[in-house]
Amino acid sequence: MEEKVIICNDLTKQFGDFYAVNKISFDVYKGEVFGFLGANGAGKTTAMRILCGLSYPTSGKASVAGFDVYKQQESIKKNIGYMSQKFSLYENLTVSENIEFFGGIYGVERSEISMRRTDLIERLGLEKEVNKMVGELPLGWKQKLAFSVAIFHQPRIVFLDEPTGGVDPVTRRQFWDMIYEAAAGGITVFVTTHYMDEAEYCNRISIMVDGRIEALDTPENLKKNYSASSMDEVFYQLARGAKRSDN
Amino acid sequence: MKILRFLLQKEFRQIFRDKTIIAMMFMMPTVQLIILPLAMDLEVKNISLSIVDRDHSSYSQQLISKVGSSGYFKMVSMEPSYKEALKYVERDEADVVLEIPAGFERNLIREGKQKVGLSVDAIDGTKASIGGSYLNAIIADFTANLEINNKATTPTNYTSKSFIDVTYSTWFNPLAQFKYYLVPGILVLLLTMIGGFLSSLNIVREKEVGTIEQINVSPIKKWQFILGKLIPFWIMGIIVFTLGLVVCWLIYGIVSEGSLLLLYLFAAFYLIAVLGFGLLISTISDNQIQAMFLAFFFMMIFTLMGGLFTSVESMPDWARNISNLMPITHFIRVVRMVMLKGSGFADVQLEFFYIIVFGVILNGWAIWNYRKTA
Ligand SMILES: Nc1ncnc2c1ncn2[C@@H]1O[C@H](COP(=O)(O)OP(=O)(O)O)[C@@H](O)[C@H]1O
Ligand SMILES: [Mg+2]
Repeated sequence: MEEKVIICNDLTKQFGDFYAVNKISFDVYKGEVFGFLGANGAGKTTAMRILCGLSYPTSGKASVAGFDVYKQQESIKKNIGYMSQKFSLYENLTVSENIEFFGGIYGVERSEISMRRTDLIERLGLEKEVNKMVGELPLGWKQKLAFSVAIFHQPRIVFLDEPTGGVDPVTRRQFWDMIYEAAAGGITVFVTTHYMDEAEYCNRISIMVDGRIEALDTPENLKKNYSASSMDEVFYQLARGAKRSDN
Repeated sequence: MKILRFLLQKEFRQIFRDKTIIAMMFMMPTVQLIILPLAMDLEVKNISLSIVDRDHSSYSQQLISKVGSSGYFKMVSMEPSYKEALKYVERDEADVVLEIPAGFERNLIREGKQKVGLSVDAIDGTKASIGGSYLNAIIADFTANLEINNKATTPTNYTSKSFIDVTYSTWFNPLAQFKYYLVPGILVLLLTMIGGFLSSLNIVREKEVGTIEQINVSPIKKWQFILGKLIPFWIMGIIVFTLGLVVCWLIYGIVSEGSLLLLYLFAAFYLIAVLGFGLLISTISDNQIQAMFLAFFFMMIFTLMGGLFTSVESMPDWARNISNLMPITHFIRVVRMVMLKGSGFADVQLEFFYIIVFGVILNGWAIWNYRKTA
């Protein structure tokens, strides 16, 4: 039996009488790349923020890394990394300073930070930009850096909220290589996206429509079950009935 | 502790990188401390006075020349009647009307007392009431001298026909002590503004930019985060305070009569309270505009009710109660007592207690109100 690192049962989040997340249930296994799909406004960010201990659920149960989302948010936070939908490194700090700061507040030792930082900068090929303000970097590099910072303290699970939004296809490809690398290193990856080609890269995916999870399986099984040739088609069949949209 | 070091390092880097903040921190106290009291000082010196002398005697001349030579008044007109003089007030050309009635000299000599009329323009209340009080002082002095000359036993009376009921006594502080009274108060106000605004805009800025999310998702403790914000601003505040004291000394020659150590002790704890207040606003607000408005609202109240321009003692009960609920009132009082009167710790221990209570409440509230999980 594989180890479950995220367990979610009937998790619900209401804003007034609006159900942003409506009774969603799923499990995520250790080391897996779990794709959390859905159109804009489906409720992905809301659900993810609950799992990260940033927001209280209205009802339902969930645990992350064995800790309860109602009571043990701070313990959850010690075990996860999070890359929010909105870019949230400090633009007025340099690449190097951002790495140092975020490593530091997760309790990584200074000497260890230096070592890992040198290694990271080299892998990202950012040698020339180490002392540049993060705000000056192109978007693709920012996103790669944000991801690297989110896993810098070697969390058990990393939550990525639309990490490749607005990024060019080549960089997206490289980004997914980084995700695989992290997964190979034992980090469970929970990622939201609305690029359907990216869904194919995931071990399993869930598709969320109007706050509910409408489908959950491996990409192959989903395509088979919906007799579709691509994930795009599966998604279209599920999502065309959606009422919500941010646009 | 280690985590706090990382937080402080980051805050200092950001502060020193923000040239506007640095400029604001150092330019504002210097410039304002120099300009503000000078502007106010001029104002109290040039009180426009319209005189109605209906006596035309040697005594009335003496009184007029005494008033004229005091240096506080600018005579704008000599009018034959009160009605004429009042027109100057209406046209905003005179702040105060002094009316010397007919028979002034005769009554003074014969009965030893005489009334003079004093009318102040209630629109510019501060200036007029200061003017009124100066004039009162000068007349009292004039009368005292007369008594010696004439060996008169009964003192001369005068009545104020002012449009408002002004409490002259609190303002009566002859020989322009006003400047000394004002400068330390402005120093406190500046410390409050710089500390209050910078801290109230800080956390909320992280909310706006979104970086707070990355902090909230980390295992950082709430008190660590707040302390990480408080300490850098506290240090900046102490520097600003020092700068202010130097300006007080260089420009006004005001050196603290009391212990500097005591002043710094109070400044240290007062800053904690002010920064706690700012951080609280920051945790309440969703964006910088909200925070700015909230901070501004309170700053106005602090400025108007903290006893900077008007004495707290002469406020009505309700106003005095509000005034005492603000940390600034206590710090202004202490700074004045220590700097001007040389009061020691024993004289101000109650104020010290107040300031500590404010510090604990405001910071505790800010920590409590800052939510890592919404
Ligand atoms: N704080 C909030 N208050 C009210 N409604 C919200 C709030 N946050 C999100 N929503 C609403 O919940 C729905 C889901 O939003 P979100 O989780 O951001 O969707 P997604 O990330 O899938 O695009 C949207 O309709 C959004 O407007
Ligand atoms: Mg989203």
